[in-house]
Amino acid sequence: MHVPDGFIDAPVSIAAGAVAVAGVAVALRGARRELDDRTAPLAGLTAAFIFAAQMLNFPVASGTSGHLLGGTLAAILVGPYTGVLCVSVVLLVQGLLFADGGLTALGVNIINMALVTVLVGYGVFRLLLRVLPRSRASVTAASFAAALVSVPAAAVAFTLIYAIGGTADVSVGKVAAAMVGVHVLIGIGEAVITAITVSSVLAVRPDLVHGARGVAKSLELHVEPARA
Amino acid sequence: MKSGRFLIGFLLVSLVLAGFVSHYASSSPDGLEKVSADKGVDAHSRDHSMKDSPLADYGVKGVTDARLSGGLSGVIGVGVVLALGGGLFWVVRRRGTHATPQQARPGQDA
Repeated sequence: MHVPDGFIDAPVSIAAGAVAVAGVAVALRGARRELDDRTAPLAGLTAAFIFAAQMLNFPVASGTSGHLLGGTLAAILVGPYTGVLCVSVVLLVQGLLFADGGLTALGVNIINMALVTVLVGYGVFRLLLRVLPRSRASVTAASFAAALVSVPAAAVAFTLIYAIGGTADVSVGKVAAAMVGVHVLIGIGEAVITAITVSSVLAVRPDLVHGARGVAKSLELHVEPARA
Repeated sequence: MKSGRFLIGFLLVSLVLAGFVSHYASSSPDGLEKVSADKGVDAHSRDHSMKDSPLADYGVKGVTDARLSGGLSGVIGVGVVLALGGGLFWVVRRRGTHATPQQARPGQDA
């Protein structure tokens, strides 16, 4: 859902750019607490994985496709602040090198695909973990539901920005209905990819999943290896 | 699984997805593109200012084979994102995971 140049007028694009800069600045401060020698390399690889996964458009309905947004996945794997940065780096590279996502719309795209997906996705994830039993299955289930919700949330965010600064003369209601409808379907794909990825990492390195901290503790086997 | 092995595996998965599996991705417009075209949201859309970039639209300029061009652009993209993101996260990270802050010597926080 990369917004191209010209969809949103200049004043709102500039305002969105300012919001995006503020969001990224907050994320940079917060990410310091999430990143250390162990997690920084994983965060870089998570960004690279999201770039790769965003190339994989899957069909959702007649003549329509969708791809992973990745905000929820990144937030669960490496933390919400770092997650915002992961998706923002991907969007910057896509806009500058791959002509994907307008450069004047970079602020809009960071709001929709980095800030909103992380806020909503990670918020839903934490809420669900609070009520679900502490288990690996719960983390996977919460990842699925959180990712599912994050995609229509990003579609709503786009529609709101369109309502304020859209350049075309199309009723907001029509855009909202069509956007949310198709993005619920894309959300299912997002949920499947997110749940598979989170459960795969949980299976081999539960200690590296930021969102499973506390849960993972109780899962780890405390077997001291014999030292030679 | 050891950290190094895990990280290399994670990278390999990304490279295979971007370099190979991407060829089989749907070429239909995505949700936003489809809705925009159907409803007329794109009435004033403009060409991308980077449309002449050597990697524009996930292909490598000059490489005619579609599979190779797309796959190569994906591998390059994974590399660039990893370098940029990994570099950023390495700079931002908390230094010295194992050192306790109280024991840090003064004038050492460069």
